[in-house]
Amino acid sequence: MKIYNANKIIPGLIIFLGLITFPMWYNMGKAAPPPEIKFDTPVIQQMAVKQCVLPKADMRTGHMQLLNEWRTQVVRNGYRTYVAADGKEYNMSLQNECIKCHSNKTQFCDQCHVYAGLQLGSVPYCWTCHIAPKEAK
Amino acid sequence: MDTNRRSFLKLGGLCALGLGALPVVDALGKSDLPQVMNNPQALVGKRWAMVVDMKKCWEKGKPGCKDCILACHVTHNVPDIGSIKEEVKWLWTEPFENAFPGQESQFLPTEVMEKPFMVLCNHCAQAPCVRVCPTQATFKRADGITMMDFHRCIGCRYCMAGCPYGARSFNWKDPRNFIKTELNMTFPTRERGVVEKCNFCDERLGVGKIPACVEACKDGCLHFGDLQDPNSEVRKILASHFTIRRKPELGTDPSVYYII
Ligand code: HEC
Ligand code: HEC
Ligand code: HEC
Repeated sequence: MKIYNANKIIPGLIIFLGLITFPMWYNMGKAAPPPEIKFDTPVIQQMAVKQCVLPKADMRTGHMQLLNEWRTQVVRNGYRTYVAADGKEYNMSLQNECIKCHSNKTQFCDQCHVYAGLQLGSVPYCWTCHIAPKEAK
Repeated sequence: MDTNRRSFLKLGGLCALGLGALPVVDALGKSDLPQVMNNPQALVGKRWAMVVDMKKCWEKGKPGCKDCILACHVTHNVPDIGSIKEEVKWLWTEPFENAFPGQESQFLPTEVMEKPFMVLCNHCAQAPCVRVCPTQATFKRADGITMMDFHRCIGCRYCMAGCPYGARSFNWKDPRNFIKTELNMTFPTRERGVVEKCNFCDERLGVGKIPACVEACKDGCLHFGDLQDPNSEVRKILASHFTIRRKPELGTDPSVYYII
């Protein structure tokens, strides 16, 4: 059997294979470390029962929906107080309530968001208007 | 299993009954806690309004007093851009002929012709900005406030074209770099590409405080209250003083009244 122009086709094929598998071998052995989120803020440390607005699992998967709901209730309907399932009341505010407890935004919110590759990197666009807490870097 | 028509119908009936009872079960299953509610201290009204007593302001106010403007702009992190073309303002001053065009005449009192008038969003009952907004980012709330939902604003500026009072400002630049006063950490700033205006301090009403400008005016020239409540401060003043509104002929039904 004879391949015409084998001296060009075979190197060409090798280069082609190399190029399309580039993403695989480029990231080899470099698994992104899972996010390390910290709960060691002054307010959380003082809490007797360390608990978020919703149970932890619901917060992890649904905090963006909760924020969306809060925003609608505050801005459009004018309500400002949220009553959780256990009867505890929260002020429905991103920068005044979530951040009161999670005042370590770069060690908490951003850790996950960078890992998840959210658009605009570590900053869901909320923080171009909502004022992020001051943190010691 | 052996099914005759009789038992089939019985079973069907039972199933139908069960379905009918679903809403009842649903209602019983839910906790009776409300999900969201008003802050108990919140000020509630049906149509918030303001009376601006310009006469008192000119008589009693110290010359060039800008306490109300400063208080408003500090409270809401309003930037000071420094150029008229791109300025951002919630509460500002206009000369008489701009505030009340068509009302000028030759021999008005000098102070009316020369002194500044405080102007702000009129929170019109028939607000043109609300009608033209394509995303309902600007809307009327049940308490009469013409509110902006900054999350929905796409920066098309139809509302600015619609507003006959010039009460709206567009953020041509990132406002964060132009906030010269200390940042109010409890209220968001805005970002490049959204329109903004006075919100009648909805965030303060929600926790039982009167608007920042009214609170800041030491001479008591600004009055705030519910237009639908006959016993409110504004209604008492409106009943005892002659007041005018800006451009009433446009039919926007403004909620800001002036004593001149
Ligand atoms: C009263 C203080 C407090 C407030 C307010 C609060 N959190 Fe939390 N949050 C916590 C604590 C404590 C935990 C850890 C819960 C646990 O370990 O069960 C937590 C957990 C979480 C988690 C889950 C983290 C994980 O490990 O998966 C998310 C996400 C979160 N919070 C987001 C928010 C957001 C968004 C808001 C505002 C809507 C908010 N939190 C308001 C205290 C608070
Ligand atoms: C346990 C990890 C984790 C923590 C902690 C966390 N987030 Fe998130 N968040 C996510 C993930 C993952 C997404 C993206 C979900 C998606 O795209 O479906 C997300 C999405 C969001 C979004 C929606 C963004 C968008 O563009 O739609 C907002 C808003 C948000 N998070 C706010 C916060 C805030 C505020 C905090 C801190 C108080 C926080 N999150 C903490 C994991 C986290
Ligand atoms: C264009 C500027 C802007 C952006 C971007 C923005 N917000 Fe807001 N947000 C505001 C303003 C202004 C208010 C009104 C605050 C008030 O009335 O107290 C507000 C209010 C809210 C509220 C209720 C009140 C409070 O104090 O928090 C929530 C919750 C909220 N925003 C969540 C979000 C989230 C989540 C994002 C990102 C997905 C976001 N916002 C992005 C400007 C913005």
